[in-house]
Amino acid sequence: MWGKVALAAAVLTASGAVAQGLPDPLTDTPGDPTRGRAVVVDRQLGLCLLCHTGPFPEVPFHGDLAPDLTGVGTRLSPAEMRLRLVDSRAVNAESIMPPYHSLDGLTRVAALWEGKTILDAQQVEDVVAFLTTLTEEPE
Amino acid sequence: MTKVCTTALVILMAGPAQSDDRRSGFEFMGPTTQSMQTDDMANPGMLAVLAGERLWNEPAGLSEQSCQTCHGDPEGEMRGVAARYPAFDEVAGTAVDISGRVNLCRTRHQRADPLPHENADLLALVTLIGLQSRGLPIQPDPDPRLTEWRARGEAYYETRVGQLNLSCAQCHDENAGGHLGGAPIPEAHPTGYPIYRLEWQAMGSLQRRLRGCFTGVRSEPWPYGSDGYIALEAYLMQRAAGMTMETPAVRP
Ligand code: HEC
Ligand code: HEC
Ligand code: HEC
Repeated sequence: MWGKVALAAAVLTASGAVAQGLPDPLTDTPGDPTRGRAVVVDRQLGLCLLCHTGPFPEVPFHGDLAPDLTGVGTRLSPAEMRLRLVDSRAVNAESIMPPYHSLDGLTRVAALWEGKTILDAQQVEDVVAFLTTLTEEPE
Repeated sequence: MTKVCTTALVILMAGPAQSDDRRSGFEFMGPTTQSMQTDDMANPGMLAVLAGERLWNEPAGLSEQSCQTCHGDPEGEMRGVAARYPAFDEVAGTAVDISGRVNLCRTRHQRADPLPHENADLLALVTLIGLQSRGLPIQPDPDPRLTEWRARGEAYYETRVGQLNLSCAQCHDENAGGHLGGAPIPEAHPTGYPIYRLEWQAMGSLQRRLRGCFTGVRSEPWPYGSDGYIALEAYLMQRAAGMTMETPAVRP
């Protein structure tokens, strides 16, 4: 169902329209920033720091394939963050950022993960809530 | 005119002997791991070579013949073979890698059972054969029947797979030199197989390495020995043509 929303946004993007975002939360329960942070630093769950750097001094090895998440809360709106998490291909078709809440076009998924999104809807909301708190200026 | 000169200049400035900027996984490693590979006394792959030499001379199967009986010393006929594989086997009607080739000799010529993939004896024989190409440039077999295999391998290389939806090219072409977590992303050149991998604490084939990359993007790896691996191997060897073989390599 939410795949459809992401797709609609992608179509809008492709046709040159603006509003690159998903303004409506995916769940009724407001996102919890503490749980969201836990998802982001978790190597098996969020995987974010495999690619991103950010204000997470306790995590030893950050990747360097993606923008620093420091200050992302001032750069992007929750709607823009939500869309990037649900399916980053809606913003950049070539993106290496995995589609966290879309099964669109996936092939040869391992049996363990077949039919499952990387994050569930509430986890996406938790991560959005956490990213929103990252308002410090990058050094 | 100007453009040609500029290009020539860039090539001149890029470095001494190297005519292109492809880099082996060796160059992405720390000095400790590098010297573990270059020092034969420290390289655990040389233990596999020793085991391979013993097996080379051991009669096997109903034929009671050894590899030595038909091929002589490995230093002779096996020179450059690993730098040329995968190759097309007429009788089997399919492309095979060195492991597949050794098993064909076991079943066809020695009348023995094939050795399972990643079996220590099979890896030892393949490492021994690989060593006979160390220092030689990769020279893919020109057999036209391999063209289709390489094309298929290239298609796999470019296709996004798994829950993380990534292709080999997205990591190994577009992001080579970057870091995935703490790990440098190499260019995926199959110059050193079989390798001793520190993470495995063991020798392993290129197929095992490729399975790791599939699992990493949460994609279902093909079963060992599948045509898909042979196709990918054939493409990767073509992509690395001219690069220097380093079997047995050490990798993190
Ligand atoms: C495989 C690498 C990869 C992973 C894993 C990944 N990202 Fe990204 N991310 C990127 C790249 C690359 C970009 C840059 C935009 C693009 O190419 O899509 C990006 C962009 C972003 C942006 C927009 C940043 C900006 O400043 O515009 C946010 C926010 C983001 N990612 C959050 C996350 C979060 C949160 C996670 C984990 C749940 C995550 N990413 C996991 C690669 C990744
Ligand atoms: C998410 C990024 C990523 C993807 C996608 C990926 N790999 Fe890798 N690959 C790596 C990393 C990182 C390493 C190095 C691992 C290490 O040192 O622990 C590696 C190592 C390798 C190596 C070993 C190179 C050497 O020097 O021995 C080969 C070969 C390889 N990959 C091939 C592939 C192929 C073929 C695919 C597609 C089926 C693929 N990889 C997909 C990240 C990736
Ligand atoms: C009875 C003779 C015989 C024995 C024993 C034998 N082989 Fe072979 N081998 C051949 C023949 C003949 C070929 C050529 C291909 C064919 O006709 O199958 C060959 C081809 C090969 C090749 C490919 C060479 C190339 O240039 O493409 C390799 C590698 C090889 N053998 C390895 C081995 C190993 C390792 C053993 C021992 C486990 C072994 N062989 C045992 C007869 C033998």
